[in-house]
Amino acid sequence: MDLRSLIPLTYLIAAVTFVLGLKGLSGPKTAVNGNRIAAAGMLLAVGATFFDVEFQSYGTTGLLVTAAGLVVGGAAGFVGARLVKMTAMPQMVALFNGAGGGAAALVSILELMRGLGGAGVTPGETITSMLGLIIGAVSFSGSAIAFGKLQGLITPRAFKYGGQQIVTSVLFGGMIVLSLLLTASVASTVGVPQLAVMTGVALLALLFGVALVMPIGGADMPVVISLLNAFTGLAVAAAGFVLGNQLLIVAGTLVGASGTILTRLMSKAMNRSIANVLFGAFGAAPAGGGEVGGPMRADDGRTVRETTAEDAATLLAYARNVIIVPGYGLAVAQAQHNVRELADLLESRGVNVVYAIHPVAGRMPGHMNVLLAEANIPYEKLMDMDAVNPEFPRADVALVIGANDVTNPAARSTKGSPIYGMPILDVDKAQQIIVIKRSMKPGFAGIDNDLYLDPKTQMLFGDAKEAVAKLVAGVKAS
Amino acid sequence: MSTEAIVGLYVFVLAIFVGFEVISKVPSTLHTPLMSGANAIHGIIVIGAMLVSAAVGGPLGLLLGFFAVVLGTANVVGGFVVTDRMLAMFKQKPGQRK
Repeated sequence: MDLRSLIPLTYLIAAVTFVLGLKGLSGPKTAVNGNRIAAAGMLLAVGATFFDVEFQSYGTTGLLVTAAGLVVGGAAGFVGARLVKMTAMPQMVALFNGAGGGAAALVSILELMRGLGGAGVTPGETITSMLGLIIGAVSFSGSAIAFGKLQGLITPRAFKYGGQQIVTSVLFGGMIVLSLLLTASVASTVGVPQLAVMTGVALLALLFGVALVMPIGGADMPVVISLLNAFTGLAVAAAGFVLGNQLLIVAGTLVGASGTILTRLMSKAMNRSIANVLFGAFGAAPAGGGEVGGPMRADDGRTVRETTAEDAATLLAYARNVIIVPGYGLAVAQAQHNVRELADLLESRGVNVVYAIHPVAGRMPGHMNVLLAEANIPYEKLMDMDAVNPEFPRADVALVIGANDVTNPAARSTKGSPIYGMPILDVDKAQQIIVIKRSMKPGFAGIDNDLYLDPKTQMLFGDAKEAVAKLVAGVKAS
Repeated sequence: MSTEAIVGLYVFVLAIFVGFEVISKVPSTLHTPLMSGANAIHGIIVIGAMLVSAAVGGPLGLLLGFFAVVLGTANVVGGFVVTDRMLAMFKQKPGQRK
């Protein structure tokens, strides 16, 4: 028996590991192993591909190109993934997703070039290749923009311009027309410069990805990345059809389908429909007059009350129940270890401390749990929104550390607000509220927070890490 | 339609159902790691990249092939490593915390 006949079997095993991996990743106990099982399956599949007849027909050239690509890509991926800060995880996922989309587009391009270059290609294969190319390229450039927005390289605000729909429609229509033109030319040898048309489609698809993501505000990026992740899956599946490779079809479709579900779950956690994210004007809301520091006084005369670390520490030290509400500010300042120290200190004084985790605290669902776990904060202490909201009225102090939009009562009460309807943490129901924040700047959604004007709220301005360290010193002294 | 295309279509449709079913009820804590893990899985495109790496040839063809492998590998390796880091909190800690 030719050992090569085992390759499809190896691919089947890999496909099974991917299903098991996804299944594992959806439960806390099985997640770590799920990820590793899928990685093992991946390694197996790549190893088997070295023995593929087609691959071996390329001889040394194919081997050299592949080896060089594996080394360069592997090193870039590994180093990037190891070095990235926990706070920058979301944009890193966007980057890797874009890489996958780009790879899928290139695979479709190369297979089409081979067909057009003399190997022969049917109209059906052409359409499938164009699908893989378009979806992959959209995912590539869209992910790049999402990365840029989260990294702060481009404005995270929704970028709106006149004639936006026209531009998007023209780009979309152009891709379709050119793709059909290419298919027609394959079918009946109509004289068009085929490679030029293909390149045109690729460029239009890249522009379309940019046009798709630019008008979406930074706060919605998690949903966008998840959606683009599903896109890449579909592009991979399309490439699988082009190459006649079942494993690519299975893996790509799995990600496409589960990614769609996940996108829906995420947008539901933020109480927004996917269509709303894609076409809404979330980030475009007027942002408190535009002054850099934000207003210290509301129009109706309510003012922001500032406090000192000593006063805040005393409040905490003599409380019975404290709920800590961590947000992106904590993540940026890397204050999780100081927060743990403060919580330990309070607990040693008999204060009951829990953490309230909003589903999208930080920048992404689950992001905050990762950071707090890094500081060895026990998992049982982390309460999710539905469990913790009824606890706020019983809390003596709610300590908000660098969280903003997820605590904004406007989501409950102000119909016109862009975040109206978003589920929030009911921080304003606590007896006393201490907010640690660097300045009065609005949060990611670009809107002011009514919580800061609440008479029960005291603001402790400063970097989260320094402020918490001062609180620790203050509690020790009291 | 060719048999290969039909088989592919079967696989495609069935995989849609598996994909939908396999991740019902995910706690929101796991949304990001799950997305990241799925992200790594579509890195399987790297084997597609290998299979076309030298299909076209010539400087441009080989360059495109090289980039396809680079991007695919970065997707796989980066995706799995990042996911593993995200899942740190679910790992068993030897000897419990101090």
